[in-house]
Amino acid sequence: MEVLQPTSWGEALAAKEEHPGAVPLAGGTDLLVELNFDRRRPETIIDLTRVAELNEWSHVNGGVRLGAGVDYTRVIAELASELPGLAIASRTVGSPQIRNRGTVGGNLGTSSPAGDALPPLVASGARIELAATSGTRVVPVEEFCIAPKRNVLAPDELIAAIHMPVATGPQQFSKIGTRNAMVIAVASFALTLDPPARSVGTGIGSAGPVPLRATEAERFLEGVLDEEGLWDSRGQLSEGAVARFGQLASEASRPIDDVRGSAAYRRHSLGVMAGRTLAWAWDEYRGTL
Amino acid sequence: MRRISLTVNGVKHDAMVEPRQLLVYFLREQLALTGTNVGCDTSTCGACTILVNGKSAKSCTLLAVQADGAEVTTIEGLASNGEMHPLQKAFHESHGLQCGYCTPGMIMASVDLIANNDAMSDEDIRMGLEGNLCRCTGYQNIVKSVQQAAGEMRSPAST
Repeated sequence: MEVLQPTSWGEALAAKEEHPGAVPLAGGTDLLVELNFDRRRPETIIDLTRVAELNEWSHVNGGVRLGAGVDYTRVIAELASELPGLAIASRTVGSPQIRNRGTVGGNLGTSSPAGDALPPLVASGARIELAATSGTRVVPVEEFCIAPKRNVLAPDELIAAIHMPVATGPQQFSKIGTRNAMVIAVASFALTLDPPARSVGTGIGSAGPVPLRATEAERFLEGVLDEEGLWDSRGQLSEGAVARFGQLASEASRPIDDVRGSAAYRRHSLGVMAGRTLAWAWDEYRGTL
Repeated sequence: MRRISLTVNGVKHDAMVEPRQLLVYFLREQLALTGTNVGCDTSTCGACTILVNGKSAKSCTLLAVQADGAEVTTIEGLASNGEMHPLQKAFHESHGLQCGYCTPGMIMASVDLIANNDAMSDEDIRMGLEGNLCRCTGYQNIVKSVQQAAGEMRSPAST
């Protein structure tokens, strides 16, 4: 096994072009465990942790351009007000040691439907910037993952950055696992409220082949908020509406039975988490938190 | 083989390593710093926690070549002039260990935790050490030890 350690983005892209089979390495949360268990034996690894350009975030077109190599500890410390949903999810990743090294770009690269950072990206309509020596393209996060651990990256491409709109309202995230730390989610749910646009965004994790949106739940809640004038009145949401939202979110999932949990449990827990995150987010919007 | 150059506990080392070598095995087998334990190989247990450039990391999921140029601190680097570090002293005095296997990792994670947080509740400490497993103590005395050390480290005049 060979480990290439480019120190600039140009060098990294050139290395990927020259070694299309090479596996990119960021925090190592997933890849190093696979190497330790001998589940994977790549001939070449490209260690991206020395590429300074990947470790930066900036404001671009009124949104945030998050370099693929920014670690979770920094997302929590530096972006909690602009990307609150992603920051909440980041706090649940692994443990401090893992958050010190793990990155949102790495989570995307692994493309596990259970990746903690992915539901908030889906809920907020993130766009993923992919680059190769030949140029750059941007794809919506929902089109990025195509199957468990598979994505649209071409062999010569690397993930450059994640583009996200700055939050205009409350965002929430919830996940269920067997231990508070260091677990892969059994199921997770992210919610984004966008009051100026009168829109609701959702993201479902670990309950389908890829992170999913609960589109019907979004449309239902938008309908209730509009019809009852709740965006303006900031009035109370009925229990029935919260329950229906949970039910629709649950129905949007496509879970399987596996070692971490049954499909039935995942469906049930998603309904509970969707209702809970909505209650938290709506309380925050009403100013009662 | 790859040549790497790194500083471990203040001492500069130049070494040849296989690219595949994990940092924890480099520390244990090439530098004979066996204080850092390997518990799980999957980053689940935290026994192998060290500091890389001042930040806690699990050395079982880091390649030695990734530490090229880095400042690494292991449990062996905490004591100075024969004096135990306040965390080592506190774990001893407050019975923060029983079998001791998790202790180096617990202490290294606590160094980062105390450095990055002001006054901590017991709950904060439990959250901060969420990536480290102990199968003996039930954690009560670990939390007590970290509280004791944090108090001592923040008011050095009183010690």
